[in-house]
Amino acid sequence: MPDLLLEFFSEEIPARMQARAAEDLKKLVTDKLVAAGLVYEGAKAFATPRRLTLAVAGIPVRQPDIKEEKKGPRVGAPEQALAGFLKGAGLTSIDQAKVQPDKKGDFYVAVIEKAGKPAIEVIAQIVPEVAKAFPWPKAMRWGEASAKPGALNWVRPLHSIVAMFGPETEEPEVVPFTVGDVVSGDTTTGHRFLSPGPIKVKRFDDYMAKLDAAKVVVDPARRAQMILTDATTLAFAQGYELVEDEGLLAEVAGLVEWPVVLMGSFDPAFLAIPEEVIRATIRNNQKCFVVRDPKTAKLTNKFILISNIEASDGGGAIIAGNERVIRARLSDAKFFYETDLKTKLEDRLPKFSQIVFHEKLGTQAERIARIVALAGHLAPIVGADVVKAERAAQLCKADLLTEVVGEFPELQGLMGKYYAQAQGEDEAVAHACEDHYSPKGPDDMVPADPVSVAVALADKIDILTGFWAIDEKPTGSKDPFALRRAALGVIRLVIDNNIRLPLLPLFIWARGDANGKDLLSFFADRLKVQLREQGARHDLVDAVFALPGQDDLVLVVRRIEALGKFLDTDDGKNLLAGTKRGANILRIEEKKDGASYTGAPDAALFAQPEEKELARAIGVAKTEADQAVAKEDFASAMTAMSKLRPHVDAFFDQVTVNADDPAVRANRLRLLNEIREATRTVADFSKIEGG
Amino acid sequence: MTDDLPAHMRPERSFQGLILALQRFWADQGCVILQPYDMEVGAGTFHPATTLRALGPKRWNAAYVQPSRRPKDGRYGENPNRLQHYYQFQAILKPSPPDIQELYLKSLKAIGVDSALHDIRFVEDDWESPTLGAWGLGWECWCDGMEVSQFTYFQQVAGFECSPVAGELTYGLERLAMYVQGVDRVYDLNFNGREGADKVSHGDVFLQAEQEYSRHNFEHSDSDMLFKQFAMAEGACKKYLEAGYTADKSKHLMVLPAYDQCIKASHVFNLLDARGVISVTERQSYILRVRELAKACGEAWLKTEAGGGA
Repeated sequence: MPDLLLEFFSEEIPARMQARAAEDLKKLVTDKLVAAGLVYEGAKAFATPRRLTLAVAGIPVRQPDIKEEKKGPRVGAPEQALAGFLKGAGLTSIDQAKVQPDKKGDFYVAVIEKAGKPAIEVIAQIVPEVAKAFPWPKAMRWGEASAKPGALNWVRPLHSIVAMFGPETEEPEVVPFTVGDVVSGDTTTGHRFLSPGPIKVKRFDDYMAKLDAAKVVVDPARRAQMILTDATTLAFAQGYELVEDEGLLAEVAGLVEWPVVLMGSFDPAFLAIPEEVIRATIRNNQKCFVVRDPKTAKLTNKFILISNIEASDGGGAIIAGNERVIRARLSDAKFFYETDLKTKLEDRLPKFSQIVFHEKLGTQAERIARIVALAGHLAPIVGADVVKAERAAQLCKADLLTEVVGEFPELQGLMGKYYAQAQGEDEAVAHACEDHYSPKGPDDMVPADPVSVAVALADKIDILTGFWAIDEKPTGSKDPFALRRAALGVIRLVIDNNIRLPLLPLFIWARGDANGKDLLSFFADRLKVQLREQGARHDLVDAVFALPGQDDLVLVVRRIEALGKFLDTDDGKNLLAGTKRGANILRIEEKKDGASYTGAPDAALFAQPEEKELARAIGVAKTEADQAVAKEDFASAMTAMSKLRPHVDAFFDQVTVNADDPAVRANRLRLLNEIREATRTVADFSKIEGG
Repeated sequence: MTDDLPAHMRPERSFQGLILALQRFWADQGCVILQPYDMEVGAGTFHPATTLRALGPKRWNAAYVQPSRRPKDGRYGENPNRLQHYYQFQAILKPSPPDIQELYLKSLKAIGVDSALHDIRFVEDDWESPTLGAWGLGWECWCDGMEVSQFTYFQQVAGFECSPVAGELTYGLERLAMYVQGVDRVYDLNFNGREGADKVSHGDVFLQAEQEYSRHNFEHSDSDMLFKQFAMAEGACKKYLEAGYTADKSKHLMVLPAYDQCIKASHVFNLLDARGVISVTERQSYILRVRELAKACGEAWLKTEAGGGA
């Protein structure tokens, strides 16, 4: 079966958009092929800085023929109706229609056979549709055509399109179409500098081979692999080790079509700057890798650059040029760093009173004051020294005003630590300057030092209660202030450090005007996500949070764990089933009667021994469970509940709830309510799935 | 082309030689070679030959040097590559020709940057000017890891769609010259290409100015006067725009003098900003006020003859 080769050749596509664009091209084209009845065997997509390439293998030569039956008028219908039917079905005489019986009599049926179109025609229609609506994150118009309405939008000017279709054994054909003012053809272009001529191609394999010869590596994974291998080898040959960097690797692989790895060096005097600053300078500004000495694990004065050409002088001029730029950049970084060291962190603070954090939440200075107060309040709870926690809170944002962080925002916190150490702050204070941002995500480490924990909690509780107070909560995918991450951070800080911290009073302490209950349910949602990722059942989170006063996350999680274990046992499963059954009956009957059956049942009205037994068992289980819960021994509370199970089972086996005597019936319904009430000592079983 | 030049005119030896080589190159491509606009601007883009000419349907190809002032970037002459006054070379081609990237690479060749020897790259860099209400997509052009030019396809200027789109090339001349001359400190650039006693360096020409303007921009500029000037320029711009409309508002007859006042307001704002007398919150509103002027000028321009509206 024939294959399709597509290439969109343009001016330089931003590196960050390439991978996604290749995937989009593949998905959009193949989805449309399948929708058109052209089921293919396989597809691969690639991107370089100047091209998007798609190869689809095993496409049928033509669409399948479609047979369609069209129901017409009744036999003997008026002439006019018959004529309309013939016209609509494309028939010339009524003899061409079949006659079929149905309940009301005989009907005419036209069988329309639609021949499938050749695949090449379908593709010629599909590809321009995909191109015109291509989901580039940012697209543009250009040239003469941009003055006309409906001009093509592409990421950068589009220069040519290759579209070849045909079986392996025969000469493939150009799929004819036009996108914007580009006409599809069989010609692409080689490397911009190393092989700029036109190249005629037939199909994917010769396309890849010819481009390779024209110094273009089409496959980004191969370019990345080439860079990694060559960079590792080059570093190793000099006794060094490449500092691997996946993000940078992907980016530079998107900046070159023909990667050539070279090594340069810089003045070792620059190694006095913190390593992270050197790395950020060389990485962010110059897109080069840094290199370390495996013996000391420290950076060396070397860097690795990826050129897009094999230079006629072997790369000497390129290395010299990059060295000069890196020297200038490192000089700037060194200057920034040394300038920063001249000002104490606390002396930067007054400036925060001029910086608005959020128009409704005041200045950064006000925010810092709140964090200081919160950190001081939290310190005794998390076992931190109050003075140190407050000091750390005071200083933790000061590095935002330093030159280095201004230049490299990703170094916030880390620079705070360095500057705090340099001015002789307590180690715990210095570390809190860095670690109070943590955990930054689900995989980030959770600080354990109490001072860091106090400030990290204070930072997050302030931002959460603040935004809740002004009612700017995350919605859908919109969470500009990363409040979900902040809540998850609080959860992990509290649980990993086993901190007993009732949240509701803390929310009120932080900001009386924030809706604490609503914020707590936001925490419950975050906890659900967190537990689900760990494989726990999220419905158990609801079952526990549905109980009143559940704002101590350590206890909540312990209770969820005990509940999960209990529900894995037979006793647990059956008790859940029994409780749910009872609750269902109760719900139905309460609805029917328009009444609710609360309050203690009357022992005098128990007619059967199973009723009496159940009532007694409920009393015992509830007392035992209450006592266990008071001791925070949830496992024992569950065991106490499990003793209910045989009595619940026996009750449902032997007792008819809807007794004829209305008083007995009402009493039995009250007893069912008692089961529900008793189980609520450990969890709200109605929120648990299954059973 | 560079081989025919006398030594003192060679772009890799002479700052002015580099400028002349670029002018010659773009003249050969059919551009009108303009002289710098005679007002203080923050970038070559502010020249009406770019801002206004980028709007409207008419063809327009021009190139020029534009002295650019960034009061905040002054460093009292102490930083090796930061200046509050520097030269940009600007080429604007409307509509953007299909081979504009090739032309750009040829222009580098014309100033001695050989693409067989140097690693030239187009790295994503979208451009936006909040004060001009303008944006475009393009790249910063790297030569061996150094940004030497900005390349933009204008999509919108003064809040109006560019139709057709213009391609804009901006060369940072000092930086480019430092690169081709192999100099690490801008003031060490050879300005006139002569050697020995005849040599004039960039520092000979501009170092004192950098020191003086840094003092002025950061310490002594008269804020009271500047605040007044801003308000006056803003008022005059609006007044001139209103006066320039024909009775039925279908044509505009006086946009260029109005636009001068918009430029003026923009530069005065930059001076006030450098002086540190505009708070963070006020800053945004000043930017918006300049943008309103730029938009009004763009709208008026589209009703002039050169703007294609008359």
